[in-house]
Amino acid sequence: MSDDITFRITGEAGQGMQSIGKIICKALAKGGIEVFANQDYESRIRGGCNHFDIRARDWPVYGPADEVDILVALSREGVRRHLPSVAPDGAVIFDSDQIKNVSAKCNVLAAPLERIAKKAGGSAVMSNTVGAGVALGLIGCEITLVNQVLRSQFRSKGKEVVDANLAVARAGHDYARAHTPDGWDRRMDRRSVKHLLMRGNDAIAVGAITAGCKFASAYPMTPSTSISEYLAMHADKCGLVFEQAEDEISALIMAQGAATAGARAMVATSGGGIALMVEGVSLAAATETPIVIIDAMRPGPATGLPTRTEQADLEFVIHAGHGEFARVVLAPGTAEQAFECTLRAFNLAEAYQIPVFVLTDQHLADQYRTVEAPELAEVPINRGALLPPGEVPEGYARHAITRSGVSPRALPGKQEALVVTAGDEHDERGFMIEAAKPRVAQVDKRLRKVRALVREMGRPSVYGPRGADIGLLCWGSTYGACREAIDLLRRDGYSVAMVHFTDLWPFPARAVESLLSRYLRLIDVEGNATAQLAHLLRAETGMSVDATILRYDGRPFSPSAIAKRVKEEIG
Amino acid sequence: MTPSVADYNSPAENAWCPGCGNFGILMALKQALVLEEIAPHEVLVVSGVGQAAKLPQYMACNAYTVLHGRTLPAAVGAKLANHALTVIAVGGDGDGLAEGGNHFIHNMRRNVDITYLLNNNQVYGLTKGQPSPTTDQGFTSGMSPKGSPHPHMQHLAMAVACNCAFVARSFAATPDHLTQMIAQGIRHKGFALIDILQPCVSYNDVNTYGWYRERVRPLGDDHDPTDRQAALAKALAWGDEIPIGVIYRSARPTLEARLPALRKGPLVDQPIDPQVGMKLLSEFS
Repeated sequence: MSDDITFRITGEAGQGMQSIGKIICKALAKGGIEVFANQDYESRIRGGCNHFDIRARDWPVYGPADEVDILVALSREGVRRHLPSVAPDGAVIFDSDQIKNVSAKCNVLAAPLERIAKKAGGSAVMSNTVGAGVALGLIGCEITLVNQVLRSQFRSKGKEVVDANLAVARAGHDYARAHTPDGWDRRMDRRSVKHLLMRGNDAIAVGAITAGCKFASAYPMTPSTSISEYLAMHADKCGLVFEQAEDEISALIMAQGAATAGARAMVATSGGGIALMVEGVSLAAATETPIVIIDAMRPGPATGLPTRTEQADLEFVIHAGHGEFARVVLAPGTAEQAFECTLRAFNLAEAYQIPVFVLTDQHLADQYRTVEAPELAEVPINRGALLPPGEVPEGYARHAITRSGVSPRALPGKQEALVVTAGDEHDERGFMIEAAKPRVAQVDKRLRKVRALVREMGRPSVYGPRGADIGLLCWGSTYGACREAIDLLRRDGYSVAMVHFTDLWPFPARAVESLLSRYLRLIDVEGNATAQLAHLLRAETGMSVDATILRYDGRPFSPSAIAKRVKEEIG
Repeated sequence: MTPSVADYNSPAENAWCPGCGNFGILMALKQALVLEEIAPHEVLVVSGVGQAAKLPQYMACNAYTVLHGRTLPAAVGAKLANHALTVIAVGGDGDGLAEGGNHFIHNMRRNVDITYLLNNNQVYGLTKGQPSPTTDQGFTSGMSPKGSPHPHMQHLAMAVACNCAFVARSFAATPDHLTQMIAQGIRHKGFALIDILQPCVSYNDVNTYGWYRERVRPLGDDHDPTDRQAALAKALAWGDEIPIGVIYRSARPTLEARLPALRKGPLVDQPIDPQVGMKLLSEFS
């Protein structure tokens, strides 16, 4: 039977929801099950009430469901808050020694998790592993899959810890088998499909290393931090230097110093960090330095909601930086797209010698999903007009005027010819100028890059039938929820398709215009309050949307909420 | 072929005021590079914004002029990407200690092997005469009509406190001494700060050539630059006697020496291999 099961792990920060969630995700993924998991956490290290949702089924999954099938509650508050979301035929699992007097309309597995852990030879902290064992046992997940996950998760802590975890997981798994509620028929059967389980941030970090990023610098900022942590962790073996900067200003300038010397370089931050980096974006434009800037968005203004999600930096990054210059903005919707966009970002940055932004957000950054492994054949490296040292002429001019606007690039110290550049307006040789004519020549040259860049921008991708009446516009991480909403709406007979943008700047206006003119109605779905994509569309093509569905409470869209709003708009 | 000062000359038109202390610093830098037998193409001179920041434009070298205050991050990034380059950072007191104050502190901790010339004229030149962090208290200007209200920054004491690998002070009008200090800074493995007392003939009529000449005193052999307490006392000395010379020196390992990724040579010489990233994907299966 093909099932679609949602787990929710809830509890206080520091109680180990993430460890339970990860065990469940990994065990299912190893069993060939498709998984989508998103996290909802508060800006605190201990306490509060967080949750980690996992949706699992045997066909690709892109977004959360509304109802919870299996709730694992580690705190009283978690039970109180999330029990109403559990489906009547679902189940709640909690430690019956810690949480009493639970009255539920669904099935109840009041398992003494800590006691089970201790009885099986483990410690109190291992009650999380018991919880994962119970939840997985309940849906018939094979214990061998759980064991594989635990072995790799605890390998570094030694054999004793591994063995204890294996024992307590089995005890939890056995408990679920022995206490399966009457009439319970929810299960997930193992499939022989191979997937990777990645977060959006993992895909960006691995994408950057694959692209040959040699230098990265960052100041920690949620939700971008795990990108930098991954790079720092793998730096030594991947031939990369990661340096934590004293502030974001320094991070971007350090990365540009590295890029000017010839290393592929990047920074990762969130909107507040971009705000500090803005002058550096402008510097990259003036000195024509290739640089990749990852903006993992979160709600603003100012500190906003630090651990939550929003898509409100689109117009900010399109315009960030004083002066007029070319840049690229890409916004992946999935981990696969995040990997691909990051690779493209490094190639575009070097091919055009410009800053390239990759926009992600907390929702995509922290979201675990099963993805197809990318193929190596799909990874071209394009270093653009980088001159081999032997081909750099005497009297080399770093900012030579060319038809394309891209000047042949030499690196300082790699040949006798000197490389001179400046953030001050300069002539072709890089020397500061005041004269009007060379100033205009340099501005025009830099802006000429846009002509070719527009042709590099892909048209939006469409999900749904050709000839659909309604086009649902979205960009970036809204991909998943919109895609699932299309499935829900089509099931109910609506003629609707999703039009998803990853390539947002320079805006591919002509391609977009011809694509969107097919639809009778355009509904714009965005995670911000002012419909920034709709505004961009109108500014670049003159086309208006008929309705907007906006969310800016810091939470991601759910497919059913989008579907409901679309129905309301259509009437 | 041994380089000569002439190799470092540039035909670029110089926009400094006649008599500016920067001329002496420019000449001393060229001489120090010649002394160290470094050719122009082996040097990257990085600057921010200000009169001092124009320096790389006035000599033949690889030159990278960035934004106000951002001299050090740019220089450090370039050095980490290509540690075969001799990287010289140059900037004024406003650039380095006000706008770039945070970078100043943290790059002394970071200890990347670059040489930082701090052309310290105790005033803002390019914006016409406002007080800088090193301006003496009471200095009157358009932005401080009642006199600069704050005591000047003790940046050399900060440097000693930060365990900066090499801290020296010199004077723009003692070319041989300055050349020696810069050359020693280049030779020293680690972050080398050369504070250069630099008269501003246009906007500082207090700290003039004469004022400095009366006060600068070369440090004698009795000063041990590896003695941190003694160095702190010399770094704080300001007034009737201003010591010049190597104030502090410590043999800390550089950041480059501690980075395994650089053991195979400069990052810029290491080929790009997508396999390195693709192999990581198996961690996610």
